[in-house]
Amino acid sequence: MSLEVQKQHDTLIVRVCGEFDLRAADYCRRDIDQKLKTQGAKHILFNLGGVTFIDSSGLGVILGRYRKVTENGGKVAISNVPPRVTRILELSGITRLIPVYANESLALKELA
Amino acid sequence: MRLRNRMKLEFLSRPENVSLARVAVATFATEVDFNLSDLEEIKVAVSEAVSNAIVHGYEGKPTGTVLLTATLYQNELEIVIEDRGRGIADLARALQPGTSSDPERMGLGFVFMKSFMDEVDVWSEAGQGTRVKLVKTLPGELRAQNLAES
Ligand SMILES: Nc1ncnc2c1ncn2[C@@H]1O[C@H](COP(=O)(O)OP(=O)(O)OP(=O)(O)O)[C@@H](O)[C@H]1O
Ligand SMILES: [Mg+2]
Repeated sequence: MSLEVQKQHDTLIVRVCGEFDLRAADYCRRDIDQKLKTQGAKHILFNLGGVTFIDSSGLGVILGRYRKVTENGGKVAISNVPPRVTRILELSGITRLIPVYANESLALKELA
Repeated sequence: MRLRNRMKLEFLSRPENVSLARVAVATFATEVDFNLSDLEEIKVAVSEAVSNAIVHGYEGKPTGTVLLTATLYQNELEIVIEDRGRGIADLARALQPGTSSDPERMGLGFVFMKSFMDEVDVWSEAGQGTRVKLVKTLPGELRAQNLAES
């Protein structure tokens, strides 16, 4: 799996590619938290467009960042959900907490 | 239940082996005409059970042994995942949706296993280890065909 992290205004855009599972989770959690701090971002946008597999470990990273960011008054959004990820995302209950957008620009508009 | 095929996989409790386990089972299952979403669901369920063995059973220590057995019967695929880790003291509680012993986790593993498989059975004893049995019924058409053949 690979992560591409980019800051745009107040938002950290996190583009996740590949298998978002236990192996990826630890690295992602550390990398995102560190970049959140060093780049001083307030919100996070998870672009899941490149995700080929996700399970509770990957979803746990998203939910954990949601808790952290919202505690500091920030917002979290998700975009570009591939069809194979839609059902598990809904089943997890995350979509009741975090808004999902078709693409990055729609999500960024809401986060601004 | 007629036995059609079986495989066993033994591996260390390392995070990189979670993907090994689910890919091995998915490959094993391609012998049957599961549709793509069935295969995706099987992969998630295997991933959850194996991740639990590593994270909870062996508490993240990479030296434990996880045993996976996949068996293809006439009308179902059965997957058993076993660890000799710390076990589950209160199984009824652990099986409740949204219950986790780890504040960083959401307690979704068993929720996904139950939603994606037709049967989930868990045996566990504190200090002894845990065994999870996952069953997926073969796609309807094929099942009927197999019954006719037998
Ligand atoms: N193999 C195991 N050995 C020991 N304890 C286990 C094992 N599998 C599950 N458990 C216990 O059962 C609880 C529930 O498991 P479940 O997979 O549903 O949630 P989780 O692993 O805590 O969170 P998530 O799966 O969302 O990351 C775990 O928190 C853990 O206490
Ligand atoms: Mg779990």
